[in-house]
Amino acid sequence: MRLSVIDAERCTGCQICMFACTRRLGYAGMGKTAIHIKSVGGMEHGLSVVVCRACEDPPCAKVCPEDALVLRKGGGVLLDPSKCTGCGLCRQACIVSAIFWDKEAEKPIICVHCGYCAKYCPHGVLALEERREEVSNAAK
Amino acid sequence: MLPNDPLANVLYVDLTKKRSWVERREDLFGKYFGGAGVAIQLLTENCPAGMEPLAPEAPIVLATGPLEGLFPLGSKTVAMFKSPHTGNLGESHAGGRSAVAIRMSGIGAIVITGANTNPGYLSIEEGKAYFRDATTLWGMSSSVTAGRIIRQNESSAGLRSIMRIGRAGENLVTYADVSTETYRHFGRLGMGAVFGSKKLKAVVVSGNRTLEVADKVAYRALYDEINTAAVSSPVMKKYHDLGTAENIQPLSALGGLPTRNVQAGCFESAEAISGEHYAEHYLGRRLACSHCPVACIHIAALREPYQDEAYYYKTTMISYDYEPIYALGSMLGLSNPEQVLSLMNEVETLGLDAMSAGVCLAWATEAMEKGLVTEQDTGGLKLEFGKADGYVAGVEAITSRSNEFWKILGRGVDAAAARYGGADFAMAFGGNEMPGYHTGPAGYLGFMLGARHSHLDNAGYAIDQKELTKGLIPAEQLAQKLMDEERWRQVLSSLTVCFFARGIYTPELTLRALAAAGYNLTAEQLAETADDIYRAKFAFKLANGFGFDKLTIPQRVFETPAVVSGFDEAYMRRAIAFAAGQLASPRA
Repeated sequence: MRLSVIDAERCTGCQICMFACTRRLGYAGMGKTAIHIKSVGGMEHGLSVVVCRACEDPPCAKVCPEDALVLRKGGGVLLDPSKCTGCGLCRQACIVSAIFWDKEAEKPIICVHCGYCAKYCPHGVLALEERREEVSNAAK
Repeated sequence: MLPNDPLANVLYVDLTKKRSWVERREDLFGKYFGGAGVAIQLLTENCPAGMEPLAPEAPIVLATGPLEGLFPLGSKTVAMFKSPHTGNLGESHAGGRSAVAIRMSGIGAIVITGANTNPGYLSIEEGKAYFRDATTLWGMSSSVTAGRIIRQNESSAGLRSIMRIGRAGENLVTYADVSTETYRHFGRLGMGAVFGSKKLKAVVVSGNRTLEVADKVAYRALYDEINTAAVSSPVMKKYHDLGTAENIQPLSALGGLPTRNVQAGCFESAEAISGEHYAEHYLGRRLACSHCPVACIHIAALREPYQDEAYYYKTTMISYDYEPIYALGSMLGLSNPEQVLSLMNEVETLGLDAMSAGVCLAWATEAMEKGLVTEQDTGGLKLEFGKADGYVAGVEAITSRSNEFWKILGRGVDAAAARYGGADFAMAFGGNEMPGYHTGPAGYLGFMLGARHSHLDNAGYAIDQKELTKGLIPAEQLAQKLMDEERWRQVLSSLTVCFFARGIYTPELTLRALAAAGYNLTAEQLAETADDIYRAKFAFKLANGFGFDKLTIPQRVFETPAVVSGFDEAYMRRAIAFAAGQLASPRA
């Protein structure tokens, strides 16, 4: 399963997904958030949802010098904070800029595809769904 | 409040000395929560009675509250300043991303004093102030373009708010606004002119952090309760579907939509400028303030052909709401929905308050009809109800202050009527041009008795529609109702919760939400704090020239049939005298 952006055109920029992601850990605010909403050059022109795409062969894991990013079943990575030194190379490797920074812990923030944010999206922008490949494999 | 909550950090900025510092003000945030409650204290501390509103030392206060970043619909910033428009309390609220950005920046309030020598803007990142040059942005024709350039120059996309003025603010029009995220406004009472007087083009605020709550499990449960109430509420659905513009047709049908300077309360073309019409034909996008599941902001896409070349178009995204449709539509007799959108866009890019601008032009039109103002006064411009071209030229003339007449009109209808006559149809209350509710005595008393002369102070228009249609009540009782509502709203605007969510944030729920933020109060203590805040605002007003006995009522109010009619000036005066007795003296 992975988090999918179903239709960014429905996004109103409310950032409720961003608050949900940090609240998942018991905090208010947005300091631990792995999904970000940005305007595409002024809110009137629409919004983009920046979040991990759950790469099956993730470039971020390849550049980690400490092997702190472990491949996740279903795509993407899981962070082992005990190994992470906070070097930030993973952020540079992510071409969609979906690795955010926890300045309180000095570690990267990467989506774990739990779907908590999607439960709160009021406008059907996000969903937790099986990858298309998974669906087709299951059908075989 | 919770220990170490960054909310209690107040960022002080002195533009003259280019200095900034942070002070912990738990004394204020602990007692008054934030928003209006804290802002009135900071205003009173920094703006002694008699200070000129546009003096360099006059403060701008921006305050947010404890529920920002914690719960849905906590989305407002309260601005306070001395109003250059009325000379007393300037208070204006806006959403967008402003409130959450301030809270995420690690501060609860900003106090700006002093003035720039050259145009500048202020960038506040993680609670620290940086002074930036804005020479090149000054005088730029569109405030939207200025916003875009600042956006390109600053980091933290998606986690920031850009509050800026247009040319109207630069030119000190006393009803110039400050807009945020292009489409939300600190609209009323002229904060744009205060920015302009300081040569302050914009304030950018950004930051990100986690916030502690009193009890993690209880917090998440309460969050779900509030969120479920918000997404399932019929009121919220109404604001999502058609937005505030939904009210155009119903109010017109009842006779409460001010039309052609309140010469009528029903507009024959209401359907053409209704929320339904705009949604079906022009709605291009909905937007939300940060942490709001409703998304009431409606943006029209207006596609217009160029006249000089075939198949050449421009598409403009224009925010519409009930109030600008009233002020720049029915109030001016404009029945073409595209012309109304174009005029709104002009007002947006110039940085004028839409309501004051519309009411001023409506007064000027009637004054021309009656011969009080001539084309010689207006520099050859002819204003006629229903003719959009004159109004597009008019808002530009107000902004550029092109001659004596337009300069005076740029100070409001009361100033203009004092010079040219026509006070009986100068539709301002307490010095502030009226909002779009010709509903009856509660509406008009609400404008006069409200601390910021806004329909949102006490929702008198709702009392007219829901209660007084069954018959008038004693004037004193009506004044009491208005004051009770305004007193409670001090809590919402101190927390700072959107008034559209007032049905969700009941006193009972408010106490529980406050507990999550570390405030443990009883209902009685909450009511007492509300009263303290309400009285502090009136103390500031009274110390700065406001007087209940100075309130004037244009006769037009009594002449044009409203939703509720049959009241007279004596009735209104009894209500005002009762309120004066309650508010002009300390609590018994």
